Amino acid sequence: MSKITSYDELIPMFKNGMTVMSGGFMGVGTSEVLVSALLESNVEGLTLIASDTATEDKGVGPLIVNKRVKKLIASHIGTNPETGRQMIQGELEVELVPQGTLAERVRAGGSGLGGILTPTGVGTVVEEGKKKMEVDGREFLLEKPLRAEVALIKAKKADKFGNLVYNQSARNFNPMMALAADLVIAEVDEIVEIGEIDPHEVATTGIVVDKIVVGGQ
Amino acid sequence: MTAKEIIAARAAKEMNDGDVVNLGIGLPTLIPNYLREGVNVILQSENGFIGLGPVKGEPQGELVNAGGQPAGINPGGAFFDSSFSFQLIRGGHVDVTVLGGLEVDQYGNLANWMIPGKMVPGMGGAMDLVTGAKNVIVTMEHCSKKGAPKILEECRLPLTGKGVVDVIITELAVFTVTEDGLVLEELQEGVDLQTVIDRTEANFRIPELA
Repeated sequence: MSKITSYDELIPMFKNGMTVMSGGFMGVGTSEVLVSALLESNVEGLTLIASDTATEDKGVGPLIVNKRVKKLIASHIGTNPETGRQMIQGELEVELVPQGTLAERVRAGGSGLGGILTPTGVGTVVEEGKKKMEVDGREFLLEKPLRAEVALIKAKKADKFGNLVYNQSARNFNPMMALAADLVIAEVDEIVEIGEIDPHEVATTGIVVDKIVVGGQ
Repeated sequence: MTAKEIIAARAAKEMNDGDVVNLGIGLPTLIPNYLREGVNVILQSENGFIGLGPVKGEPQGELVNAGGQPAGINPGGAFFDSSFSFQLIRGGHVDVTVLGGLEVDQYGNLANWMIPGKMVPGMGGAMDLVTGAKNVIVTMEHCSKKGAPKILEECRLPLTGKGVVDVIITELAVFTVTEDGLVLEELQEGVDLQTVIDRTEANFRIPELA
């Protein structure tokens, strides 16, 4: 079965109340096509997992502006004033997670781990409600894994099997998220035949990618 | 020189040739302009690469720094994902991180990520950086815009890290954080000791200043 999917076929894949994770750092490495399909599907009440909420018109920012998100798990929201406004008004629940911890929680979710132990956040509000463990005399926080129903991935290139090659700093959270969701959809700039990507270059194996959409189609 | 330039120029002296350095947004990004001759540092950008440099040629949309602004990558650099990026940071592979501060105290606690009820931008990578970098330097103006001291007996704002700061550099002075509290290492040019005492809430030790 071909993984190549049209924009219109994507829209019914989104459901109200879903947990969605999206790659990207300040919108770089976020699939604008998949965000736009998600918006067009009119689903709401989403839980969104992302590094940040970019700006109002970039990255996952429009999902916030259009009030599709009920809970956000992110490391930074300061560049999108609408996120802060909705949080202060009580319209949006926000869980702020240190960026390195967020990456590891997603990695744990995709790699069968029950969590990770990190020293980040010890002695700060981040430790509230979390189990603290001492290992060889140093304190760590137990941070739980994160998974989603859908992962929105942005890569530079895919082959028809779904092997992905990322570009520059657009890689960021994408490789971990591609392992941590039930349905993994990748937007790519270019699609090539199987065998045309040097296996050394593959950063995400096609075995975890379910759907591929070519940008601008 | 402006206060920011004085601070950046002094912070540059803390860098050693070959250091892997992560610079926070704002003031710390001025530091490379003041590096001594023969000191070359390797900049880490926490969004996923080593070898951060100026934009060369046309900006490329998918090559940005940790502030989301167009950036370049120097020869010898490497791209990686966010998990690996923070493995470098927490794993002690970054020699120096330089960040701004809202408050620092005599225990080396740092608060720089939120003001409850006013500003809640999130911590981004700051908590990981202060936890993992070998040398944590806080660069900030000595007092707030309203003139209130920012070097305190104990931080009042929510912390970014507990006991993490090694060096504090302001336009008035340089302090190190030791197990016995703050030590005044240096007065900036033209600054007298009384000014620093008056504008610092925390106690600090004063070794014989050169």
